[in-house]
Amino acid sequence: MATLQTRATARIMMSPAVILLFLWMIVPLVMTLYFSFLRYNLLMPGTEENIGFLNYQYFLTDPAFFTALANTLILVGGTLLITVIGGILLALVLDQPFFGQGIVRLLVIAPFFVMPTVSALVWKNMLMHPVNGLFAWIARSFGLQPVDWFAQVPLFSIILIVAWQWLPFATLILLTALQSLDGEQKEAAEMDGAGAISRFIYLVLPHLSRAITVVILIQTIFLLSVFAEILVTTNGGPGIQTTNITYLIYMQALLQFDVGGASAGGIVAVVLANIVAFFLIRLIGKNLER
Amino acid sequence: MARATTTRSKIVFTVIGWTIGFLIFFPILWTFLTSFKTEGTAIATPPQFLFFDWTLENYREVQSRSDYFKHFTNSVVISVGSTLIGLALAIPAAWAMAFSPTKRTKDILMWMLSTKMMPSVGVLVPLYLIFRDWGLLDTRIGLVAVLTMINLPIIVWMLYTYFKEIPGEILEAARMDGASLMKEIVYVLTPMAVPGIASTMLLNIILAWNEAFWTLNLTAANAAPLTQFIASYSSPEGLFWAKLSAASTMAIAPILIMGWFSQKQLVRGLTFGAVK
Repeated sequence: MATLQTRATARIMMSPAVILLFLWMIVPLVMTLYFSFLRYNLLMPGTEENIGFLNYQYFLTDPAFFTALANTLILVGGTLLITVIGGILLALVLDQPFFGQGIVRLLVIAPFFVMPTVSALVWKNMLMHPVNGLFAWIARSFGLQPVDWFAQVPLFSIILIVAWQWLPFATLILLTALQSLDGEQKEAAEMDGAGAISRFIYLVLPHLSRAITVVILIQTIFLLSVFAEILVTTNGGPGIQTTNITYLIYMQALLQFDVGGASAGGIVAVVLANIVAFFLIRLIGKNLER
Repeated sequence: MARATTTRSKIVFTVIGWTIGFLIFFPILWTFLTSFKTEGTAIATPPQFLFFDWTLENYREVQSRSDYFKHFTNSVVISVGSTLIGLALAIPAAWAMAFSPTKRTKDILMWMLSTKMMPSVGVLVPLYLIFRDWGLLDTRIGLVAVLTMINLPIIVWMLYTYFKEIPGEILEAARMDGASLMKEIVYVLTPMAVPGIASTMLLNIILAWNEAFWTLNLTAANAAPLTQFIASYSSPEGLFWAKLSAASTMAIAPILIMGWFSQKQLVRGLTFGAVK
Protein backbone atom coordinates (compact mmCIF):
# COMPACT_ATOMS: atom_id res chain seq x y z
CA MET A 1 0.00 0.00 0.00
CA ALA A 2 2.80 2.34 0.85
CA THR A 3 3.88 4.06 -2.32
CA LEU A 4 7.49 4.41 -3.27
CA GLN A 5 7.39 8.06 -2.37
CA THR A 6 6.03 7.60 1.14
CA ARG A 7 8.49 4.80 1.66
CA ALA A 8 11.35 7.11 0.74
CA THR A 9 9.96 9.79 3.03
CA ALA A 10 9.67 7.27 5.84
CA ARG A 11 13.28 6.32 5.38
CA ILE A 12 14.38 9.94 5.56
CA MET A 13 12.34 10.47 8.71
CA MET A 14 13.86 7.51 10.42
CA SER A 15 17.44 8.02 9.38
CA PRO A 16 18.59 10.68 11.91
CA ALA A 17 17.52 8.59 14.89
CA VAL A 18 18.79 5.35 13.42
CA ILE A 19 22.15 6.74 12.29
CA LEU A 20 22.86 8.52 15.57
CA LEU A 21 21.88 5.52 17.63
CA PHE A 22 24.00 3.29 15.44
CA LEU A 23 27.04 5.54 15.89
CA TRP A 24 26.36 5.78 19.63
CA MET A 25 26.35 2.03 19.88
CA ILE A 26 29.11 1.02 17.54
CA VAL A 27 31.84 3.66 17.93
CA PRO A 28 32.44 3.38 21.70
CA LEU A 29 31.98 -0.37 21.60
CA VAL A 30 34.61 -0.81 18.89
CA MET A 31 36.92 1.52 20.83
CA THR A 32 36.39 -0.51 24.01
CA LEU A 33 37.14 -3.67 22.10
CA TYR A 34 40.28 -2.13 20.60
CA PHE A 35 41.55 -0.80 23.95
CA SER A 36 40.93 -4.14 25.58
CA PHE A 37 43.79 -5.64 23.59
CA LEU A 38 46.24 -2.87 24.47
CA ARG A 39 48.48 -2.18 27.36
CA TYR A 40 47.24 1.33 27.91
CA ASN A 41 47.52 3.25 31.15
CA LEU A 42 46.83 6.97 31.27
CA LEU A 43 49.62 7.40 33.82
CA MET A 44 52.17 5.95 31.41
CA PRO A 45 51.47 7.62 28.07
CA GLY A 46 53.39 6.40 25.08
CA THR A 47 53.75 2.82 26.26
CA GLU A 48 50.69 1.49 24.43
CA GLU A 49 51.22 -1.83 22.75
CA ASN A 50 49.19 -4.80 21.64
CA ILE A 51 49.20 -7.50 24.26
CA GLY A 52 46.54 -9.82 22.89
CA PHE A 53 44.25 -11.33 25.49
CA LEU A 54 46.44 -10.48 28.47
CA ASN A 55 43.98 -7.87 29.82
CA TYR A 56 41.20 -10.44 29.74
CA GLN A 57 43.43 -12.97 31.42
CA TYR A 58 44.29 -10.52 34.20
CA PHE A 59 40.70 -9.40 34.62
CA LEU A 60 39.15 -12.85 34.63
CA THR A 61 41.73 -14.44 36.92
CA ASP A 62 41.80 -11.56 39.39
CA PRO A 63 40.24 -12.78 42.67
CA ALA A 64 38.50 -9.39 42.83
CA PHE A 65 36.60 -10.33 39.70
CA PHE A 66 35.04 -13.36 41.34
CA THR A 67 34.13 -11.40 44.45
CA ALA A 68 32.62 -8.70 42.27
CA LEU A 69 30.75 -11.24 40.17
CA ALA A 70 29.38 -12.91 43.30
CA ASN A 71 28.43 -9.52 44.75
CA THR A 72 26.69 -8.59 41.51
CA LEU A 73 24.70 -11.82 41.51
CA ILE A 74 23.77 -11.49 45.19
CA LEU A 75 22.79 -7.86 44.69
CA VAL A 76 20.63 -8.65 41.67
CA GLY A 77 19.18 -11.84 43.14
CA GLY A 78 18.48 -10.40 46.58
CA THR A 79 16.84 -7.31 45.19
CA LEU A 80 14.74 -9.37 42.80
CA LEU A 81 13.62 -11.67 45.59
CA ILE A 82 12.47 -8.79 47.78
CA THR A 83 10.87 -6.74 45.03
CA VAL A 84 9.05 -9.57 43.27
CA ILE A 85 7.59 -11.16 46.40
CA GLY A 86 6.95 -7.78 48.01
CA GLY A 87 5.54 -6.47 44.75
CA ILE A 88 3.06 -9.34 44.43
CA LEU A 89 1.85 -8.91 48.02
CA LEU A 90 1.58 -5.15 47.64
CA ALA A 91 -0.24 -5.44 44.35
CA LEU A 92 -2.72 -7.85 45.92
CA VAL A 93 -3.40 -5.38 48.74
CA LEU A 94 -3.67 -2.38 46.43
CA ASP A 95 -6.07 -4.32 44.23
CA GLN A 96 -8.60 -4.55 47.08
CA PRO A 97 -11.07 -1.73 47.47
CA PHE A 98 -10.33 0.40 50.53
CA PHE A 99 -10.53 3.98 51.70
CA GLY A 100 -7.91 6.31 50.24
CA GLN A 101 -6.61 3.73 47.77
CA GLY A 102 -5.44 6.37 45.32
CA ILE A 103 -3.37 8.16 47.93
CA VAL A 104 -1.75 4.96 49.21
CA ARG A 105 -0.86 4.11 45.62
CA LEU A 106 0.94 7.44 45.28
CA LEU A 107 2.80 6.84 48.54
CA VAL A 108 3.90 3.39 47.42
CA ILE A 109 5.29 4.45 44.04
CA ALA A 110 7.08 7.53 45.41
CA PRO A 111 10.51 5.91 46.06
CA PHE A 112 10.92 5.22 42.36
CA PHE A 113 11.22 8.94 41.67
CA VAL A 114 13.88 9.61 44.28
CA MET A 115 17.29 10.03 42.70
CA PRO A 116 19.71 7.22 43.64
CA THR A 117 22.19 9.47 45.41
CA VAL A 118 19.46 10.88 47.65
CA SER A 119 17.95 7.55 48.64
CA ALA A 120 21.37 6.04 49.33
CA LEU A 121 22.50 8.92 51.55
CA VAL A 122 19.22 9.27 53.39
CA TRP A 123 19.14 5.56 54.19
CA LYS A 124 22.79 5.38 55.10
CA ASN A 125 22.76 8.35 57.44
CA MET A 126 19.34 9.05 58.81
CA LEU A 127 18.00 5.51 59.01
CA MET A 128 20.96 3.14 59.22
CA HIS A 129 23.46 5.19 61.20
CA PRO A 130 24.59 2.94 64.09
CA VAL A 131 24.32 5.69 66.74
CA ASN A 132 21.95 8.42 65.65
CA GLY A 133 19.96 6.55 63.01
CA LEU A 134 16.29 5.79 63.40
CA PHE A 135 16.78 2.02 63.18
CA ALA A 136 19.32 2.18 65.99
CA TRP A 137 16.84 4.07 68.14
CA ILE A 138 14.09 1.53 67.40
CA ALA A 139 16.45 -1.34 68.26
CA ARG A 140 17.48 0.32 71.52
CA SER A 141 13.94 1.05 72.56
CA PHE A 142 13.29 -2.68 72.31
CA GLY A 143 16.39 -3.27 74.37
CA LEU A 144 18.35 -4.68 71.43
CA GLN A 145 21.87 -3.99 70.27
CA PRO A 146 21.68 -1.67 67.22
CA VAL A 147 23.02 -3.08 63.98
CA ASP A 148 25.99 -1.29 62.44
CA TRP A 149 24.55 -1.79 58.99
CA PHE A 150 27.40 -0.79 56.70
CA ALA A 151 30.08 -2.42 58.85
CA GLN A 152 28.33 -5.71 59.66
CA VAL A 153 26.15 -6.36 56.62
CA PRO A 154 27.30 -3.90 53.94
CA LEU A 155 26.01 -5.75 50.90
CA PHE A 156 22.67 -6.48 52.51
CA SER A 157 22.33 -2.79 53.40
CA ILE A 158 22.80 -1.85 49.76
CA ILE A 159 20.31 -4.52 48.72
CA LEU A 160 17.76 -2.98 51.11
CA ILE A 161 18.25 0.49 49.63
CA VAL A 162 18.08 -0.71 46.04
CA ALA A 163 15.04 -2.89 46.82
CA TRP A 164 13.27 0.13 48.32
CA GLN A 165 13.87 1.99 45.07
CA TRP A 166 12.65 -0.82 42.83
CA LEU A 167 9.72 -2.15 44.88
CA PRO A 168 7.40 0.51 43.41
CA PHE A 169 8.30 -0.51 39.87
CA ALA A 170 7.49 -4.17 40.51
CA THR A 171 4.31 -3.26 42.39
CA LEU A 172 3.06 -0.92 39.70
CA ILE A 173 3.60 -3.39 36.86
CA LEU A 174 2.13 -6.32 38.78
CA LEU A 175 -0.83 -4.21 39.83
CA THR A 176 -1.45 -3.20 36.22
CA ALA A 177 -1.37 -6.85 35.21
CA LEU A 178 -3.59 -7.84 38.13
CA GLN A 179 -6.23 -5.32 37.17
CA SER A 180 -6.50 -6.83 33.71
CA LEU A 181 -7.56 -10.15 35.24
CA ASP A 182 -11.05 -11.04 34.20
CA GLY A 183 -13.38 -10.46 37.15
CA GLU A 184 -15.80 -13.11 35.95
CA GLN A 185 -13.15 -15.79 36.07
CA LYS A 186 -12.46 -14.93 39.66
CA GLU A 187 -16.12 -15.05 40.52
CA ALA A 188 -16.56 -18.37 38.74
CA ALA A 189 -13.70 -19.83 40.73
CA GLU A 190 -15.16 -18.39 43.89
CA MET A 191 -18.55 -19.97 43.18
CA ASP A 192 -16.90 -23.30 42.47
CA GLY A 193 -15.69 -23.11 46.03
CA ALA A 194 -12.03 -22.33 45.38
CA GLY A 195 -10.46 -20.79 48.47
CA ALA A 196 -8.39 -17.65 48.44
CA ILE A 197 -5.11 -19.56 48.34
CA SER A 198 -6.00 -21.94 45.53
CA ARG A 199 -7.49 -19.00 43.61
CA PHE A 200 -4.14 -17.27 43.96
CA ILE A 201 -2.09 -20.30 42.91
CA TYR A 202 -4.22 -21.52 40.01
CA LEU A 203 -5.68 -18.30 38.68
CA VAL A 204 -3.83 -15.19 39.73
CA LEU A 205 -0.24 -16.44 39.61
CA PRO A 206 -0.47 -17.90 36.08
CA HIS A 207 -2.07 -14.67 34.95
CA LEU A 208 0.80 -12.68 36.47
CA SER A 209 3.55 -14.91 35.11
CA ARG A 210 4.24 -12.76 32.05
CA ALA A 211 4.34 -9.56 34.08
CA ILE A 212 6.64 -11.22 36.61
CA THR A 213 8.98 -12.25 33.81
CA VAL A 214 9.02 -8.70 32.48
CA VAL A 215 9.76 -7.32 35.95
CA ILE A 216 12.62 -9.78 36.48
CA LEU A 217 14.23 -9.16 33.11
CA ILE A 218 13.97 -5.37 33.11
CA GLN A 219 15.11 -5.03 36.69
CA THR A 220 18.04 -7.34 36.02
CA ILE A 221 19.22 -5.07 33.21
CA PHE A 222 19.17 -2.05 35.53
CA LEU A 223 20.43 -3.86 38.63
CA LEU A 224 23.48 -5.23 36.83
CA SER A 225 24.69 -1.63 36.63
CA VAL A 226 23.93 -0.36 40.13
CA PHE A 227 26.57 2.29 40.70
CA ALA A 228 25.55 5.49 42.50
CA GLU A 229 24.25 3.67 45.57
CA ILE A 230 27.64 2.02 46.04
CA LEU A 231 29.66 5.13 45.26
CA VAL A 232 28.01 7.33 47.89
CA THR A 233 27.66 4.75 50.66
CA THR A 234 30.60 2.34 50.78
CA ASN A 235 32.89 3.11 47.85
CA GLY A 236 32.86 -0.61 47.26
CA GLY A 237 34.12 -1.39 50.76
CA PRO A 238 34.84 -2.47 53.39
CA GLY A 239 37.60 -4.06 51.36
CA ILE A 240 35.76 -5.07 48.22
CA GLN A 241 32.72 -6.46 50.03
CA THR A 242 30.28 -4.29 48.13
CA THR A 243 32.14 -3.96 44.84
CA ASN A 244 30.07 -5.14 41.90
CA ILE A 245 31.28 -5.56 38.32
CA THR A 246 30.26 -2.04 37.35
CA TYR A 247 32.08 -0.53 40.31
CA LEU A 248 35.16 -2.71 39.74
CA ILE A 249 35.48 -1.46 36.17
CA TYR A 250 34.90 2.11 37.28
CA MET A 251 37.75 1.81 39.79
CA GLN A 252 40.05 0.35 37.20
CA ALA A 253 39.24 3.05 34.67
CA LEU A 254 38.90 6.29 36.59
CA LEU A 255 40.86 5.59 39.76
CA GLN A 256 43.73 3.44 38.43
CA PHE A 257 43.63 4.83 34.88
CA ASP A 258 44.08 1.34 33.49
CA VAL A 259 42.31 1.84 30.18
CA GLY A 260 43.20 -1.58 28.79
CA GLY A 261 42.10 -3.56 31.84
CA ALA A 262 38.91 -1.56 32.31
CA SER A 263 38.04 -2.06 28.65
CA ALA A 264 38.45 -5.81 28.95
CA GLY A 265 36.17 -5.64 31.99
CA GLY A 266 33.71 -3.52 30.03
CA ILE A 267 33.50 -6.16 27.31
CA VAL A 268 32.89 -8.82 29.96
CA ALA A 269 30.06 -6.69 31.40
CA VAL A 270 28.56 -6.24 27.94
CA VAL A 271 28.59 -10.00 27.39
CA LEU A 272 26.93 -10.63 30.76
CA ALA A 273 24.21 -8.07 30.07
CA ASN A 274 23.65 -9.48 26.61
CA ILE A 275 22.83 -12.89 28.01
CA VAL A 276 19.92 -11.31 29.89
CA ALA A 277 19.02 -9.00 27.04
CA PHE A 278 18.73 -11.95 24.68
CA PHE A 279 15.78 -13.33 26.64
CA LEU A 280 14.16 -9.95 27.20
CA ILE A 281 14.29 -9.03 23.52
CA ARG A 282 12.72 -12.33 22.54
CA LEU A 283 9.94 -11.90 25.06
CA ILE A 284 9.08 -8.38 23.94
CA GLY A 285 9.46 -9.29 20.28
CA LYS A 286 6.94 -12.06 20.72
CA ASN A 287 4.59 -9.55 22.26
CA LEU A 288 5.00 -7.22 19.29
CA GLU A 289 3.62 -9.81 16.90
CA ARG A 290 0.35 -10.19 18.71
CA MET B 1 -23.16 -11.53 42.12
CA ALA B 2 -22.19 -8.40 43.93
CA ARG B 3 -18.64 -8.93 45.15
CA ALA B 4 -18.91 -9.57 48.83
CA THR B 5 -16.81 -6.62 49.90
CA THR B 6 -18.09 -6.24 53.37
CA THR B 7 -17.46 -3.07 55.26
CA ARG B 8 -15.31 -5.04 57.63
CA SER B 9 -12.90 -6.29 54.98
CA LYS B 10 -12.77 -2.79 53.59
CA ILE B 11 -11.72 -1.44 56.96
CA VAL B 12 -9.15 -4.19 57.42
CA PHE B 13 -7.60 -3.42 54.05
CA THR B 14 -7.69 0.29 54.76
CA VAL B 15 -5.56 -0.29 57.85
CA ILE B 16 -3.18 -2.68 56.06
CA GLY B 17 -2.91 -0.48 52.99
CA TRP B 18 -2.24 2.73 54.86
CA THR B 19 0.30 1.09 57.16
CA ILE B 20 2.28 -0.28 54.23
CA GLY B 21 1.98 2.98 52.32
CA PHE B 22 3.20 4.94 55.31
CA LEU B 23 6.18 2.63 55.91
CA ILE B 24 7.29 2.74 52.29
CA PHE B 25 6.90 6.49 52.09
CA PHE B 26 8.48 7.05 55.49
CA PRO B 27 12.10 7.69 54.37
CA ILE B 28 10.87 10.50 52.14
CA LEU B 29 8.65 11.93 54.88
CA TRP B 30 11.51 11.70 57.34
CA THR B 31 13.81 13.59 54.95
CA PHE B 32 11.16 16.25 54.56
CA LEU B 33 10.72 16.65 58.33
CA THR B 34 14.45 16.64 59.03
CA SER B 35 14.98 19.43 56.54
CA PHE B 36 13.18 21.77 58.97
CA LYS B 37 15.26 20.84 62.01
CA THR B 38 18.45 22.33 63.33
CA GLU B 39 21.52 20.11 62.94
CA GLY B 40 21.32 19.41 66.65
CA THR B 41 17.71 18.25 66.57
CA ALA B 42 18.37 16.22 63.45
CA ILE B 43 20.69 13.80 65.25
CA ALA B 44 18.89 13.90 68.61
CA THR B 45 17.90 10.66 70.33
CA PRO B 46 15.08 9.99 70.84
CA PRO B 47 14.22 11.39 67.40
CA GLN B 48 11.94 14.40 67.24
CA PHE B 49 8.99 13.70 64.99
CA LEU B 50 6.79 16.76 64.82
CA PHE B 51 7.24 18.86 67.93
CA PHE B 52 10.47 20.70 67.35
CA ASP B 53 11.23 24.27 66.42
CA TRP B 54 10.67 24.36 62.70
CA THR B 55 13.28 26.38 60.86
CA LEU B 56 13.96 27.35 57.26
CA GLU B 57 17.62 27.98 58.03
CA ASN B 58 18.81 24.85 56.16
CA TYR B 59 17.27 25.90 52.90
CA ARG B 60 18.98 29.28 53.14
CA GLU B 61 22.29 27.65 54.08
CA VAL B 62 22.25 25.16 51.24
CA GLN B 63 21.84 27.97 48.74
CA SER B 64 24.40 30.35 50.22
CA ARG B 65 27.04 27.70 50.85
CA SER B 66 26.99 25.66 47.71
CA ASP B 67 24.92 27.56 45.18
CA TYR B 68 22.06 25.09 45.01
CA PHE B 69 20.34 26.86 42.14
CA LYS B 70 23.30 26.46 39.83
CA HIS B 71 22.98 22.69 40.16
CA PHE B 72 19.21 22.85 39.96
CA THR B 73 19.53 24.80 36.70
CA ASN B 74 22.00 22.24 35.40
CA SER B 75 19.53 19.45 36.16
CA VAL B 76 16.74 21.30 34.38
CA VAL B 77 18.86 22.12 31.32
CA ILE B 78 20.23 18.59 31.05
CA SER B 79 16.97 16.70 31.57
CA VAL B 80 14.70 18.99 29.54
CA GLY B 81 17.33 19.58 26.85
CA SER B 82 18.04 15.91 26.29
CA THR B 83 14.34 15.09 26.26
CA LEU B 84 13.50 17.78 23.69
CA ILE B 85 16.33 16.79 21.36
CA GLY B 86 15.32 13.16 21.82
CA LEU B 87 11.73 14.00 20.86
CA ALA B 88 12.87 15.94 17.79
CA LEU B 89 14.76 12.86 16.61
CA ALA B 90 12.18 10.31 17.69
CA ILE B 91 8.88 11.83 16.54
CA PRO B 92 9.63 11.52 12.80
CA ALA B 93 11.14 8.08 13.29
CA ALA B 94 8.23 6.74 15.32
CA TRP B 95 5.77 8.35 12.93
CA ALA B 96 7.36 6.62 9.96
CA MET B 97 7.46 3.28 11.75
CA ALA B 98 3.84 3.49 12.89
CA PHE B 99 2.27 4.72 9.65
CA SER B 100 4.40 3.32 6.87
CA PRO B 101 5.75 0.14 8.37
CA THR B 102 7.93 -2.08 6.26
CA LYS B 103 9.15 -5.59 6.84
CA ARG B 104 12.18 -4.24 8.61
CA THR B 105 10.33 -1.94 11.03
CA LYS B 106 10.11 -4.57 13.72
CA ASP B 107 13.79 -5.39 13.38
CA ILE B 108 14.72 -1.74 13.72
CA LEU B 109 12.59 -1.40 16.85
CA MET B 110 14.12 -4.48 18.41
CA TRP B 111 17.59 -3.28 17.54
CA MET B 112 16.91 0.10 19.16
CA LEU B 113 15.77 -1.71 22.26
CA SER B 114 18.92 -3.79 22.28
CA THR B 115 21.13 -0.67 22.41
CA LYS B 116 19.41 0.12 25.70
CA MET B 117 20.65 -3.17 27.11
CA MET B 118 24.28 -2.20 26.75
CA PRO B 119 25.68 -1.54 30.22
CA SER B 120 26.99 2.00 30.49
CA VAL B 121 30.19 0.81 32.08
CA GLY B 122 31.03 -1.06 28.88
CA VAL B 123 31.57 2.22 27.08
CA LEU B 124 32.78 4.30 30.02
CA VAL B 125 36.43 4.28 28.96
CA PRO B 126 36.09 5.41 25.34
CA LEU B 127 33.43 7.95 26.19
CA TYR B 128 35.53 9.40 28.97
CA LEU B 129 38.51 9.67 26.63
CA ILE B 130 36.45 11.22 23.83
CA PHE B 131 35.00 13.72 26.29
CA ARG B 132 38.47 14.53 27.61
CA ASP B 133 39.95 15.03 24.14
CA TRP B 134 37.03 17.13 22.87
CA GLY B 135 36.87 19.25 26.00
CA LEU B 136 33.38 17.98 26.84
CA LEU B 137 34.10 16.82 30.38
CA ASP B 138 32.03 18.75 32.89
CA THR B 139 29.99 20.52 30.22
CA ARG B 140 26.23 20.57 29.95
CA ILE B 141 26.37 20.02 26.18
CA GLY B 142 28.25 16.78 26.65
CA LEU B 143 25.78 15.46 29.20
CA VAL B 144 22.78 16.47 27.10
CA ALA B 145 24.26 14.51 24.20
CA VAL B 146 24.86 11.39 26.27
CA LEU B 147 21.46 11.42 27.96
CA THR B 148 19.73 12.02 24.62
CA MET B 149 21.29 8.87 23.22
CA ILE B 150 20.59 6.86 26.36
CA ASN B 151 16.90 7.68 26.37
CA LEU B 152 16.30 7.80 22.62
CA PRO B 153 15.27 4.12 22.41
CA ILE B 154 12.68 4.57 25.16
CA ILE B 155 11.33 7.71 23.51
CA VAL B 156 11.01 6.01 20.12
CA TRP B 157 9.33 2.99 21.67
CA MET B 158 6.84 4.93 23.74
CA LEU B 159 5.90 7.20 20.84
CA TYR B 160 5.59 4.17 18.58
CA THR B 161 3.11 2.46 20.89
CA TYR B 162 1.09 5.68 21.19
CA PHE B 163 1.13 6.42 17.43
CA LYS B 164 0.12 2.83 16.73
CA GLU B 165 -3.16 3.52 18.50
CA ILE B 166 -4.08 6.35 16.14
CA PRO B 167 -6.35 4.84 13.48
CA GLY B 168 -4.67 4.91 10.07
CA GLU B 169 -8.00 5.48 8.30
CA ILE B 170 -8.12 9.06 9.53
CA LEU B 171 -4.79 9.75 7.90
CA GLU B 172 -5.92 8.17 4.67
CA ALA B 173 -9.07 10.27 4.66
CA ALA B 174 -6.97 13.38 5.09
CA ARG B 175 -4.72 12.26 2.27
CA MET B 176 -7.71 11.70 0.00
CA ASP B 177 -8.92 15.17 0.74
CA GLY B 178 -5.62 16.34 -0.68
CA ALA B 179 -3.77 17.20 2.51
CA SER B 180 -0.04 17.43 1.98
CA LEU B 181 2.34 15.58 4.26
CA MET B 182 3.05 18.74 6.21
CA LYS B 183 -0.64 19.49 6.67
CA GLU B 184 -1.30 15.90 7.58
CA ILE B 185 1.26 16.11 10.36
CA VAL B 186 0.28 19.54 11.65
CA TYR B 187 -3.52 19.35 11.52
CA VAL B 188 -4.37 15.68 11.79
CA LEU B 189 -1.63 13.79 13.51
CA THR B 190 -0.35 16.29 16.03
CA PRO B 191 -3.61 16.92 17.90
CA MET B 192 -4.13 13.19 18.31
CA ALA B 193 -0.54 12.54 19.24
CA VAL B 194 -0.11 15.31 21.79
CA PRO B 195 -1.17 13.30 24.87
CA GLY B 196 1.25 10.50 23.97
CA ILE B 197 4.07 12.95 23.29
CA ALA B 198 3.39 14.76 26.56
CA SER B 199 3.58 11.63 28.67
CA THR B 200 6.68 10.45 26.83
CA MET B 201 8.26 13.79 27.60
CA LEU B 202 7.32 13.62 31.26
CA LEU B 203 8.72 10.15 31.80
CA ASN B 204 11.94 10.96 30.03
CA ILE B 205 12.53 14.12 32.00
CA ILE B 206 12.15 12.01 35.14
CA LEU B 207 14.59 9.37 33.89
CA ALA B 208 17.15 11.98 32.82
CA TRP B 209 16.77 13.91 36.08
CA ASN B 210 17.62 10.84 38.14
CA GLU B 211 20.30 9.38 35.86
CA ALA B 212 23.29 8.74 38.09
CA PHE B 213 26.02 6.98 36.17
CA TRP B 214 27.05 9.44 33.50
CA THR B 215 26.15 12.51 35.54
CA LEU B 216 28.47 11.30 38.29
CA ASN B 217 31.31 10.24 36.01
CA LEU B 218 31.36 13.04 33.46
CA THR B 219 30.83 16.13 35.61
CA ALA B 220 32.73 17.78 38.40
CA ALA B 221 31.78 21.31 39.40
CA ASN B 222 30.50 23.39 36.50
CA ALA B 223 27.95 21.14 34.87
CA ALA B 224 27.15 19.06 37.94
CA PRO B 225 23.42 18.36 38.21
CA LEU B 226 21.66 17.57 41.49
CA THR B 227 22.69 13.90 41.50
CA GLN B 228 26.34 14.94 41.70
CA PHE B 229 25.57 17.79 44.10
CA ILE B 230 23.88 15.43 46.57
CA ALA B 231 26.70 12.92 46.19
CA SER B 232 29.07 15.59 47.50
CA TYR B 233 27.30 15.21 50.85
CA SER B 234 28.70 11.70 51.17
CA SER B 235 32.05 12.97 52.44
CA PRO B 236 32.58 11.51 55.88
CA GLU B 237 33.86 14.68 57.53
CA GLY B 238 31.01 16.79 58.78
CA LEU B 239 27.72 15.12 58.06
CA PHE B 240 25.03 17.72 57.98
CA TRP B 241 21.81 15.78 58.08
CA ALA B 242 19.48 18.73 58.15
CA LYS B 243 21.20 20.38 55.21
CA LEU B 244 21.38 17.09 53.35
CA SER B 245 17.63 16.76 53.92
CA ALA B 246 16.90 20.26 52.72
CA ALA B 247 18.96 19.75 49.57
CA SER B 248 17.38 16.33 49.02
CA THR B 249 13.86 17.62 49.49
CA MET B 250 14.41 20.30 46.89
CA ALA B 251 16.05 17.80 44.55
CA ILE B 252 13.25 15.25 44.61
CA ALA B 253 10.11 17.36 45.13
CA PRO B 254 9.61 18.60 41.53
CA ILE B 255 10.27 15.20 40.01
CA LEU B 256 8.14 13.37 42.54
CA ILE B 257 5.17 15.52 41.62
CA MET B 258 5.79 14.95 37.92
CA GLY B 259 6.14 11.26 38.63
CA TRP B 260 2.79 11.11 40.36
CA PHE B 261 1.18 12.63 37.30
CA SER B 262 2.80 10.15 34.96
CA GLN B 263 2.29 6.96 36.95
CA LYS B 264 0.19 5.31 34.24
CA GLN B 265 2.75 6.04 31.52
CA LEU B 266 5.53 4.76 33.71
CA VAL B 267 4.45 1.17 33.21
CA ARG B 268 4.14 1.48 29.47
CA GLY B 269 7.39 3.38 29.07
CA LEU B 270 9.56 1.18 31.20
CA THR B 271 8.28 -2.11 29.85
CA PHE B 272 8.54 -0.96 26.22
CA GLY B 273 4.84 -1.58 25.80
CA ALA B 274 5.06 -5.16 27.08
CA VAL B 275 2.67 -4.37 29.94
CA LYS B 276 -0.04 -1.76 29.44
